[in-house]
Amino acid sequence: MGTIPNLVGAGLIVIGAGLGIGKIGGSAMDAIARQPEASGKIQTAMLIAAALIEGIGFAAFFMGK
Amino acid sequence: MVIYKKPLQFIIAALFSVMPIIANANPTVDSVATTTEQTAKENVSEEQKKVEERAEFIQHHLLDSHGFTLFSYGEKENEHHVGFPLPVILWDEGLHIFSSSEFKHDTAIVESKGKYFKIEHGIVYSCDKNGVVDHQAHTNPLKRPLDFSITKNVFMILVVGLLMFLLFGGLAKSYKKNNGIAKGVGRFFEPIVIFVRDEIAIPNIGEKHYKKYMSHLLSVFFFIWFLNMFGLTPLGVNVTGNIAITAALAIITYLITNISANKNYWGHIFWMPGVPPIMRIVLAPIELLGTIIKPFSLTIRLYANMVAGHIVLMSIIAMMYTFNNVAGSGFSFVLAFVLSILEILVAGLQAYIFTMLTALYFGSACEEHHHEEAHH
Repeated sequence: MGTIPNLVGAGLIVIGAGLGIGKIGGSAMDAIARQPEASGKIQTAMLIAAALIEGIGFAAFFMGK
Repeated sequence: MVIYKKPLQFIIAALFSVMPIIANANPTVDSVATTTEQTAKENVSEEQKKVEERAEFIQHHLLDSHGFTLFSYGEKENEHHVGFPLPVILWDEGLHIFSSSEFKHDTAIVESKGKYFKIEHGIVYSCDKNGVVDHQAHTNPLKRPLDFSITKNVFMILVVGLLMFLLFGGLAKSYKKNNGIAKGVGRFFEPIVIFVRDEIAIPNIGEKHYKKYMSHLLSVFFFIWFLNMFGLTPLGVNVTGNIAITAALAIITYLITNISANKNYWGHIFWMPGVPPIMRIVLAPIELLGTIIKPFSLTIRLYANMVAGHIVLMSIIAMMYTFNNVAGSGFSFVLAFVLSILEILVAGLQAYIFTMLTALYFGSACEEHHHEEAHH
């Protein structure tokens, strides 16, 4: 267990990462709804962006721990 | 499309219908209140002990070990472990090789060529005759013997390496024999190989350069995927959830990226085109740091994903012992089942993302100049 500032900081970053991934997912849904034929490309781009944010989220999580 | 949705709905509905039963089936609230304070305290400490035991069990599962234990049964003193030993190879002023069974499941002190060794929390320490470890060794790795043992993780890496060699060697051979048509198990893997080529390598690296990177991309993809899948079997291995292994994979990616990088790549790092000269000086250290952060994030992502998956899954299985009744066990079984299916997806997804980002970095390393022109 980390100190309280560590935990709070990690929590804030995880909230940010969650919001970010949510926004990416939502935008991808919108984009797919608008252009269903491009869903493959959109999915790939979505996964890359989500993975990049997820990496930061996990890093914060492990540093906070 | 409609059929596959129905079981999912059924499972979710079953979950919600079971929930209130669990709440009612737990009689602890009333009974504990009526007992005396003394027994209540004992209950808490007993409960605390159990929780700690489970946490230790999960921790043990996540760690590497020197022997391969498939399962254990029995209570504390007469606990039996079923598995097989692996060789322990140590360097401590001379080479020491012996079987891990001599440690008797991390309880015994082993004597080899006048030196004594013991295991604490999966790490081999040299100690004296009575098993006293130099206390500096706990914090300073240089005071420990060098450990080259074939541990559980190393063993699984070798197994997967051999498996991949046989599978894909066989696939390659069957092309030759069968006039370019895959045979047997190769028919399953051929579309995945083509997927890696057409969906990962070519879009990210480009038609011109992708071929020289394919061997690494395919190796990394199948290596991670197979090990992730082995992590979900009851063998209890957690290789990709070991930060040393993910770090090694990321370092290989880093080396290939930087060794095969062209002039354009280094130009973008040290002297960013298209921005004012002052900004170029500011950007250079940031970009240089970026090259190190990329493999670091690759490492952390795979490691954290696999560890998180294993911890959640095992915690849910451990809930069976917390509930200690039929409804609770059923609930945690169903939850663990659904989560295992999700983990199968995650196993493939993480292999895909690792390979995809690796390909992206390779792509940036061999990008031609005219590609960048379009962005300005």
